[in-house]
Amino acid sequence: MIVVNTETIVGYTICETKGLVQGNTIRAKHVGRDLAAGLKNLVGGELVGYTELLIEARRQATERMLAQAEQLGANAVVNVRFTTSAITQGAAELYAYGTAVVVEREA
Amino acid sequence: MSWVLLIQLGPVVALLVLGFSVGSFVERRHLRRLAIRELALADLLVTASRTVESGRSEALGLVVGEVVIASDYFKSFVARLRSIVGGELGTFESLMERARREALVRMLESAKGLGADSVINVRFATSNIGSMAAKRPSAMVEMYAYGTAIR
Repeated sequence: MIVVNTETIVGYTICETKGLVQGNTIRAKHVGRDLAAGLKNLVGGELVGYTELLIEARRQATERMLAQAEQLGANAVVNVRFTTSAITQGAAELYAYGTAVVVEREA
Repeated sequence: MSWVLLIQLGPVVALLVLGFSVGSFVERRHLRRLAIRELALADLLVTASRTVESGRSEALGLVVGEVVIASDYFKSFVARLRSIVGGELGTFESLMERARREALVRMLESAKGLGADSVINVRFATSNIGSMAAKRPSAMVEMYAYGTAIR
């Protein structure tokens, strides 16, 4: 599965558009990470726990999107976008969406 | 009278000193490391446009870089004071800059790992998993950069 955030894929031709595919996940931080973050807020620096949380959330949303694309019989997803929304305090939704297409390698 | 004031203000002053000294040390170290890593990635072409001139043959896929960076007590304190009168929040500007550069560098490092020579259509987004209670003088930036790695 080829995933890009451009409308076309360099080196490939899009033969068929299967439609919009999407994946989302809502993640909450936990207390342990919160404590560490509270301390870090005094001295600054990277919040590794939160970075990991963000990476996990993004992966999960992408995976769900790709599962949908696979179900449609696509072999690539183009024009992928990520957005987030704050649903409640301390939790965030991560949403990935794109267009599922069937591509063929250019000769 | 004065010792009452000292007890009341003591912790805040201590946190300000701690935040300022450790915070600026962390920031300087981060900027120094960023400069070195950026230099190693200077051969990659990075654009925000959707297409690239011919000569490139293969899309390698989506590359992403994420980072969450916390503000320090001093920065947040200054920003809070500044919010009373309004204007530019310089202390937070450097925080945003560090987060953007770090996310970009992580993205480019994974692109390089894939063997790419350019990354096109780069986009930045922010998230807010860690939005804390409003009364606490804290701030954090959750930044991610993504783009398409090509060769």
